[in-house]
Amino acid sequence: MSRLSRHLDSFGAILLAIVWISPLLFAFWAAFHSTSDAVNFNLTSSLTLKNFQVAWDGAPWLRYFMNTFLLVTIVLIGQFIITTLAGFAFAQVSFPGKDFIFILVLLQLFILPEVLIVENYAMVSRLGLFDSLLGVGMPYMASAFGIFLMRQAFKSIPIELDEAARIEGCGWFGVLLKVYVPLAKPTYLAYALVSVSTHWNNFLWPLIVTNSDKTRPLTVGLSIFGAPENGVDISVISAATLMSVAPLLIAFLVFQRQFVQAFLRTGIK
Amino acid sequence: MNKHASQERRRRAIYGYLLLTPAAVLLSLFAFYPSVATLWSSTFSRGTRRNPTEFVSGGNYSDLFNDPTFWLVVKNNLFYAGITIPLSMFIALSMALWANSKISAKGFVRTAYFTPTVLPMIAAANLWLFFYTPGLGVLDQIGALFGLPSVNWLGQPETALWAIIIVTVWKESGFFMIFYLAALQTIPADLKEAADLEGASRWTYTRRIVLPLLMPTTLFIGVNAMINSVKLIDHLFILTKGGPSDSTKLILYYIWEMAFAYFDAPHAAAMTIMVLLVLGIIAAVQFFYMDKRTHYQ
Repeated sequence: MSRLSRHLDSFGAILLAIVWISPLLFAFWAAFHSTSDAVNFNLTSSLTLKNFQVAWDGAPWLRYFMNTFLLVTIVLIGQFIITTLAGFAFAQVSFPGKDFIFILVLLQLFILPEVLIVENYAMVSRLGLFDSLLGVGMPYMASAFGIFLMRQAFKSIPIELDEAARIEGCGWFGVLLKVYVPLAKPTYLAYALVSVSTHWNNFLWPLIVTNSDKTRPLTVGLSIFGAPENGVDISVISAATLMSVAPLLIAFLVFQRQFVQAFLRTGIK
Repeated sequence: MNKHASQERRRRAIYGYLLLTPAAVLLSLFAFYPSVATLWSSTFSRGTRRNPTEFVSGGNYSDLFNDPTFWLVVKNNLFYAGITIPLSMFIALSMALWANSKISAKGFVRTAYFTPTVLPMIAAANLWLFFYTPGLGVLDQIGALFGLPSVNWLGQPETALWAIIIVTVWKESGFFMIFYLAALQTIPADLKEAADLEGASRWTYTRRIVLPLLMPTTLFIGVNAMINSVKLIDHLFILTKGGPSDSTKLILYYIWEMAFAYFDAPHAAAMTIMVLLVLGIIAAVQFFYMDKRTHYQ
């Protein structure tokens, strides 16, 4: 009885798994076949790389890749600096009004940047950052969520280490850099994985703030490339889609455990 | 001595404020000021060449309340939330229970469930386009095997929102699964042994022991699913653009369209304020009801 139910469990779980990755599998199938072979599911048809070539020639992908890469780097560096400083202040420095300011910061968790698109767009334009990668990244740098995460990480570090470093003659900043930051490495790693995958995939805000190929990230480029008005066929769209998700997907498959741990540790994206 | 201590305290306070300055500046520029500015601009009329902007107090709001499209969009979004939240949570729980039990090919199963999480919504939409295309798409071809007629899944109001919902559920279930999985792994094994000794069936064990223990996780995931039902709209840009006849238009998409396609910022601002209110209510619910010992966020 229990063996039967175990087999049933395996069967159900694997069936669902196959259903779950089938969109990706079909995209693989379509990307490596000519359109007519792809839609006819002609199993004996030959493989081709032509779709990738057509897709690659159809848009400045190298530029899009560079833009996305630069964007996630800018956002990550900004987030690391700002959330480290603020997280440290909330965790280890006492100053008047600390609790009140912390609540103000936490409020931002529910003011999603996605919702404030209209006024954030006005702000970015006012700062002269429209159609620049800095303009795309800036609203995400002072992440309340990151500040909270860093505060938690710094709070868990034993005060004795802090005191020891001070006796050795370290200043405030030295203590932060030499004691707190190295000890919070797992948190930084988790935060980095979540931040990079979030911003690699972000779409709506970059769509609004970018206006030229010199700043467009992959997601926006892909949406323009695949727009029905452009009349691109399904095999070429599949090839372009696989191309643009490949770096993150491969990174995920290789570092799967770290990714899952990162998402768990940080709770939300 | 006392003087020295107070000097030290003041030094610390200055130091604390300095550390907070970069975050404070950016949060003010991109969260606090825009929220206030949105509230402010939602009370002014849209300026045209002939009619300059003027204060209309709740005018934009009452325009929206009289706009049938607005109510359709609200209805769509409620439906979208009402289906995606429970469905993705149920699937996530089933995935986690399976991925945590003794099944074969566990590694493959977990990877398959989680993979959609790392894909951008735009890419997900492109993948699903291949399923939904009438005639050529995978769904129609499968249907044809059973002699079913071709269906334009994205092109008719009765099915389009469902097609959108399925993509969202597909995208977020695997993400929610990992939280259930982590929670399941903290349940001590002796509870299962005790249940077995008492002769409890698997269903009883799941319902009476596992589900109550998962309650905090369920609340946490529920809040995230609620936020996602406001936020996850990227696939609309690829799959339907809100159509046909507004049947898949969701609030955030409508805000975008209002502001950046119709250039009607005041009405977009009024809608933004309403969304912020709803998010605020979710925040309050979470604050008062959520067990703080579980996942921090």
